[in-house]
This record gives sequence, structure tokens and C-alpha cells, in this order.
Amino acid sequence: MDVLLAFTRPSLDWHALAPELTLLAFGTLITIVDIIWDDRSKQTMPTLAGIGLLATLVPILTLAVDGTERSMFGGAYVVDDFSLVLKALFLISGYIVVLMSVDYIREGDYYENEYYTLMLTSLLGMVMMSSSRDLVSVFVALELLSIPAYMLAAWRKGGPRSNEAGLKYYLMGVFASAVMLYGMSLVYGLAGSTTFDVIAQELGSGSSNPIAILGILFVLIGFAFKVSAVPFHTWAPDTYEGAPTPVTAFLAVASKTAGMVALIQLVFVAFLVRDDVIQPFFWLISALTMTVGNLIALRQTNIVRLLAYSGIAQGGFMLVPFAVAADAPARAIEAVVIYLAIYAFMNLGAFTVVLAVARKTRSGEIDSYSGLFQYAPGLAVAMTVFLAALAGIPPAGGWFAKFGLFRALLDAGGGWAAALGVIVAINTVIAFAYYARVLMPMWFQPVTDGDERPIVVTGALGAALTVTLLATMAFGVLPGLVGHFGEVSVLSALGG
Amino acid sequence: MEATGFDSWVLSLTVFLPLVGAVVIMMIPKAYEAEVKLVALGSSLLALIIGLYITIQFNYGAAGDLQFVVDKGWIDVINSRYIVGLDGLSLPLLMLSLVTVPLCLIYSWNHVPEPGNTKAFFILLLILSTGMNGTFVAQDMILFFVFFEIVLLPMYFLIGVWGGEDRRYASLKFFLYTLFGSALMIISFLALFFLSKDSAGELLHTFDMRVLTDVAGVGIIKSTQVWIFAGLFMGFGIKVPMFPFHTWLPDAHTQAPTVGSVILAAVLLKLGTYGFVRIAIPFLPDAAVSWAPWIGLLAVIGIIYGALGCLAQSDMKRLIAFSSVAHMGFVMLGIATLTDFGINAAIFGMVAHGMITGMLFFIAGSVKERYHTLEISRLGGLLKSAPRMGWILGFASMASLGLPGLAGFWGEFPAILSAYNPGAGMPEETFRTYMVIAAIGTVLAAGYLLWLYQRTAFGEPPEEFADHEIADVNRFEWIAWTPFLVGIALFGVWPNLIFNVTDDVVAGITASVEAIAAGN
Repeated sequence: MDVLLAFTRPSLDWHALAPELTLLAFGTLITIVDIIWDDRSKQTMPTLAGIGLLATLVPILTLAVDGTERSMFGGAYVVDDFSLVLKALFLISGYIVVLMSVDYIREGDYYENEYYTLMLTSLLGMVMMSSSRDLVSVFVALELLSIPAYMLAAWRKGGPRSNEAGLKYYLMGVFASAVMLYGMSLVYGLAGSTTFDVIAQELGSGSSNPIAILGILFVLIGFAFKVSAVPFHTWAPDTYEGAPTPVTAFLAVASKTAGMVALIQLVFVAFLVRDDVIQPFFWLISALTMTVGNLIALRQTNIVRLLAYSGIAQGGFMLVPFAVAADAPARAIEAVVIYLAIYAFMNLGAFTVVLAVARKTRSGEIDSYSGLFQYAPGLAVAMTVFLAALAGIPPAGGWFAKFGLFRALLDAGGGWAAALGVIVAINTVIAFAYYARVLMPMWFQPVTDGDERPIVVTGALGAALTVTLLATMAFGVLPGLVGHFGEVSVLSALGG
Repeated sequence: MEATGFDSWVLSLTVFLPLVGAVVIMMIPKAYEAEVKLVALGSSLLALIIGLYITIQFNYGAAGDLQFVVDKGWIDVINSRYIVGLDGLSLPLLMLSLVTVPLCLIYSWNHVPEPGNTKAFFILLLILSTGMNGTFVAQDMILFFVFFEIVLLPMYFLIGVWGGEDRRYASLKFFLYTLFGSALMIISFLALFFLSKDSAGELLHTFDMRVLTDVAGVGIIKSTQVWIFAGLFMGFGIKVPMFPFHTWLPDAHTQAPTVGSVILAAVLLKLGTYGFVRIAIPFLPDAAVSWAPWIGLLAVIGIIYGALGCLAQSDMKRLIAFSSVAHMGFVMLGIATLTDFGINAAIFGMVAHGMITGMLFFIAGSVKERYHTLEISRLGGLLKSAPRMGWILGFASMASLGLPGLAGFWGEFPAILSAYNPGAGMPEETFRTYMVIAAIGTVLAAGYLLWLYQRTAFGEPPEEFADHEIADVNRFEWIAWTPFLVGIALFGVWPNLIFNVTDDVVAGITASVEAIAAGN
């Protein structure tokens, strides 16, 4: 009891918290500016949000240069290289999403300031997630990033599909949270602590209580919902299709990355000792996710739905290294981080092209891409690069991500790992079959509606396209760029 | 030994000059078609000139060693390096690739197939060229893999955009087959990376192909070696293509535009056989000995199956495509014997098949352009309506069926002969049976090629084309075809031009196979 009564103020490392505080400040600033200037301020909102995200990168850079590992609140909140790399990734993805949103939100006559405030809030949750090494802080970060996302998914409030998207996402999200909380309570009951370090010790120290297995599985299943792993993926396609396209991109990339980041920390810091549970679990779920995601993607006719299922399958690829988490921990983390980084750019790029094309065709059907190469060769080439990257064909970036998976699997060795490797290989081929279904009308078919006016790419979309295209190609030709960050993030997450 | 000064740049230049050309063309607006063509031809010719410089500077006394080596850091995190180098095995194939691309550009100079768009067509050909040249000089497995894959997308688009009626099906089939093979191949590469040990038993963790050739798989247990070889076999075997993975080839060839077929036949298929000789066999000689009888079996099935397939075709282009399956069967049989003689013959066969079948596809393209059909039953009398083209077709057919004195002979005949006495540790009876079957294959080859020639070139021109003016070989075709025609004759009468270059490398490979077999 004395411990509880004698409250000492935890020491705060302001430098370590600077990114979160900057983000919070800009989120608040947007709201205040909106209240003061009202309608006149609309034009400045995306600019403010963008500046906020870039400004947040500054303290991350200084922290990275500083290089010391900072731990607060009894190890519940850690700022190390792993968290910095992922924070930067979240912010850059967020910035690209803001670029994608500018024209869409403005022309759609939606609320603008609230949109950007919510997006920054959600990003704040993600940035916090990458530092959370405690069940409670993981949960807080998760809710902070999810709740704004529920609202963003329903942003086209006039459209029934968008409402459905938001509601479905919300219900499934809350359900997942409940399952996860139950699992967390079981884990806490066994370990007597919420910090990952202690949990790892307690789980490792002897008694193989079956409750531990239940607790671990429930927590993992909760996050399996978040990263839309099969069989917990059913919300994803409807939500992705109904939500405004920039929000879909945000969910497919940033939100999924956040779920993966949480999984990395849970699996590699807290649960690694129970590899008898986590490795078979992830083996099964990754094999299922990529195969089912790919097979259903084959049948899609709507580009956003296709990208949604492709995203599910890509999520399955990302889960592959978890299946060898204990056998090759360093390689596995490296593989996931590298995959996340490359995936962010190639997938956001693909969504940017979808947005740019939809501005002219007003359609999401794959058929509407017929003859794109003839009237918008630049966009067609860009889309080709992104799809090739998603399929994993050199020299576009994605090959190195897939390569990382194979590397982790073979480093772990053994028959099960090799079998999973072959499943990945087969899925790579299936995946190309549906990416080719987008490539084919673009390149091989004449324009269906005879409208050959070129597509006007707005400045913001052009910028988003340039960034994603350059990054995707650079990662493919010089994978060392992203490989370095993968390598850096390994050491710290495993506790050095 | 690493090259210095200008010599350290030459290989990279031959690889990347076409890519630079492609980038420059992207900047040129579509309307400036003449400039687009000149830049494309210029960059590929420049690459060829540097290739000729390499051929002259090459030290033929040390053809077994890598020359013009460059070894620079690339992807440090995975210990993969930018290593390029050239030895007697790479040189003929690199030159074949360097020669083929400008010829294709010249051939398509004024008639890019429907739906036009010279700019995009030439860009794709140049990117393709970078991938092919790079594969033949890469000496790091990851670098090799990247180049090996770069060729996929351009070829996919060449078939899919400029191809025939079934082009969508054919292009996708081509892509999925190859992708499947290369996905398994990369797994094998990684297994080699993680499992290879040096003679002291230390794990090497390297993608350096020179090192892996030196250690020759020692330290990897046999059963694992056999599995790794299986992955490599899928990767390279699909590309060759070997029976039963050949089914993408007839579709791709038939639907591809003319120069697409030419490049596919002349260079792309060689990436597979080159992979066997450069990677699969030297890295894992022990597994190669176990696999060789099965490879030989698939090779002879391919020979007979391809030949029977040819006899059943009614379309000239499809017939030539099936003949490719048969000819690559001879190449693979030569490789499977694991003898000096057989592998030399196989490399010769790669170059010869590249020129001869490339030539046949060129002619098929020109016939199609004039008659608007390749239906053999509707053709005829080519020797009367376009005598020069008729003679060239005859020349290429003779070369293809292996007439002594022309290049095709030196690929086929020694390959069959080498099966009489296969390498150490291999079942003699089996290979002698293969030899007999392969010999029957040559008879069938003579059958289908002569039959093709008779039906298309002899007799009177058919009535439906009686009123048509069938133009004979034009200026662009002469320029594009002459190098191949000269090559076929030259290497036919003077095969040592190639054998002398390749023999040192092959001797090194077979020596390591024999050392392993002796150790067992």
C-alpha cells in the first residue's frame, strides 16, 4: 500500500516527448485557427497539417543524432532507434496522405479542419505506439489512433457506403479491443505487471499455465483484427471501399503499420519466450492471410477493393517473419520493418494514382483504366512501377521486401520455415495475376469511352506521386537505403 | 584481379548505356520520332562498340578467369555487392545479346507493329537489353537475380501491347511461369547464402558467385544440396524452357511481335541455360551429378516432344517455336552429360540457336507482313515470288536442322556424341539411350524443317496471292539479317572461334564435378 500512497512524480524527458508534443500542438493549432478565422482559414488547413508533420520530424532527427536510448515511466515508454525509425515512417506516410487529401477534401465540400485535426490525432496515437512497451500504453495508443480513424472512415457522411464503412470499422474495432483487453487482463494476472520486460521474465520463469496461452492468443487476435489478418479481415474490404480514398490509403498503410508495430513489440519483447505458441500461430495465420487475400483479390473488379484485398495479402506477407520470431529474431524484425517501409511508399503511390485517375473518370472500376497509357502515359508508367513493386519484381522496390522475408525464413532454417517460403513464392505468383489485371486494360486496351483528354494532375497529387515514385525506385535499386533502417531497428527492440 | 582505368568501366557501360538511352528517350516528346530512333540505335550501337572493344582486349590466354572485374559495395546490409566480370562463358553470350538488340531496332525502324508508338517500343527494347547484358556479366547472385528479373516486364509489355490476337493470355502466361520459377530460385540463392561453408567449415554468408564457385557446395549436406538444386532447376528450367514447363513458350512466341520473338529466342532462353552452367552446376556439383540423369531425361523428352509438336503445327511461327523446345533440349542434354565436350557443345548450341532461330523468326515476321498470314497451307512459292527471301529461309532451315558446315551442326552433333560417354559417376547406359533418342530427334528435325520449307518455298505461289506484289528482302531487312547470316556461316566453318573461348571455363567446371565424383 505504501507504494501506491507515496506518489512520486515521474521524471519527464522533454526531449524524448518533443515529437508527440509538437504533433499535439499542431493539432490544437488547427482547431484554434479554425475557430478564430472560420471559413477563411480553410485554405491553410492542409498546409498547416503538412508543416506540423514535417516539424515533428525535426525532434525525431535530433533524437536520432543524439542516439541515447531513453526510457520513461518504469520502462513503459521507450524512445530508441526502432521507435524513431517507425515514428518517422508514420509521419512521412501521414504527410503523403495529407498531400493526397488536399483536393479530395476541398472539392468534396467536407469539413476540412476537423479532418486534419483527426488525422494528426490518429498519427499521434501511432507515434506513441512505436514507443509503448507496456500493455496499458499500447492500449491507450491503440485507441488514440483508432477512434479518429473510425470517424475519418465515415467522412462522406452523405453516402450510405461511407457510413457503413465507418460503422463496420467501429464495431469490429471495438470488438477487437474487447478481446484484446480480456487477453491483457489474463496476461497481467499471471505476470503481475503490465510492462513487457517483466511479462517476458514471468512468462519465461517456469510454470506453463494454460491461461498464459489463452492470454497471449487473445492479445494477438485483437491485433490480428487491426492488421486485417484472415480470418479477422472481413471488415477491411467494405471499409476500404466505402471510406474516402485518402482515408482508405491512410488505413491501409499507416493504421496497418501501427498494428504491425504493436505486434513487433508484443511478440519480440513480451511473448518471445512462448515461441511454442506464437510461431505456429503466426505460421498458420500468415499462410492463411496471404493465400485467402490473394485468391479473393483475383475476383475483384473495383480497383479500391482490389487494393484492399491486396493489402490483406501484403499483411500476410508481413506476418511471415513472425513465424520464425524466436528462431531468427533479428532477421525477422528487420524483415518486418523493411517490408513496412517499402510497403508504405508503394501502396500510397498506387492509391495516389487511383485518386488522380478517379478525378477524371469518376469511377473505381478496373475497366475505367482502359487505354490509360494512351492518354496519360505518365500515370500509367507510375502505376506500373507501383504494381510491379507490390508484386515484388525488381528493380521496383518491393522485391527487397520479399527478399527480406525469404532471408528471415532461411536464416531460421528447418522444414516449416522452408515450407512457408514456398507458400510465399506461390503467393507472389498469384498476386501478380491480379496486378496484371490492372496492367492489362491500362496498356493493352483502347480507351472505352473515347474520352482521350489528358488527366490533369494537381500540384499536391503530383508531389505525392513524385515522392512515392522516387522512393519506390530508390529502394529497389539501392536497397541499402531502407536496409540500413531495418538493421538499426533490430538491435534496440531486442534490448540491445 | 580487378580492372583499372577505362577497363573497369566497360562492362558497366555495355549494361547501362541502353538504359541511359531509354531514359533520354523518355525525355524526348513523342512527335520527334526520328530523334527517338537515333538515340535508341545510337545507345545500343555504342554498347556494341564497347562490346567489340571487350572482345579485342579480352585475354584469350586466360579465358577461364574473370576479366574486367569490378567489385564495389552495393547492398551492405545483406552483404551483396556490385560485382561484374566476364570470362569465356559470358563473352559469346554477351556479344550475342549486344548484337541482337540493334538488329531488332533496325528491323523495326519503319514498321513498329500495331498499335504503333515507336517511342515506347524502343524504350522497352532498351530496358530489355540492360537486363540481358547484366545477367551475363553479374557475378553476385542478388545482382544476377535483379537483372534476370528486369527482362520480365519489358517482354510482358512487348507481347501484351504489340502482340497477336491472344496476346493477353500469352503475356500473362509467360510472366506467371517465369515469376514462379524465379521466386523458387531466390529461395535457393538464399539457402546457398546461409549454408555455404569454406574449406575450414566457417559459414561464408556471401552472394559472391566467384567464392561459391570455388567452394563448390562443400559443407552442405547432400540431401539439402539436392533440394537447393531443385529450386535452381525450377528457376532456370522454366526459362529454358524444359519439358514439362515449356507450355508458355509456343504461346509467347506465336503472339509476340517479330522482334519480341527474336529476342526471346536469341537471348532470353539462354538466360536459363546460362544459369545452369554458371550457377547450378558449379555451385552444387554433387547435386548436379544426382540430377543430371533426370535433366537428361527431360531434355530428350523435350527433343522428341518438340519435334512431334512441330510436325503437328499449321502455323509457321508456332512451328519455329516448337523447334526451339527441341533445340534447347539438345543444349540441355549437352549440359546434363557434365562433360567437357557436352557443355562446350551446349554453349555453342546456345549461340547457334540464338542466331538461327532468331533468323527464322525474322523471316516469319517478314512473311507475315507480306502475306498477312502464317498459315503454312496458304503459303507457297516463296522462291518464285520473293526468291532472295526464299533462299534465306532455306539457308536458315538447313542451319537449324544441323547441316554440317553451318553453325547449328556444332551445337547438336557434339551434344549427342557426348552422351555416349557421360561424366564420372553417371549411368552410362541411360545416357547412351538418350543419345539414340536424341539422334532420332535430329531425323525428325530434318523432317519438319524440310517439310516446312517445301510447303512454303517450293511450287507456284498460291492463287489468292497471285495478284499481290510480294516484295523481296528490303534494305532494312538486309541490314538486320546480314550479321546473323554471316555468323551462321562463319561459326559453321570455324567453330573454334567459340570453342576456344569457352573451353577453359568449361574445363574448370567439369574438373570440380569430377573432383566431387571422385570423392564419393
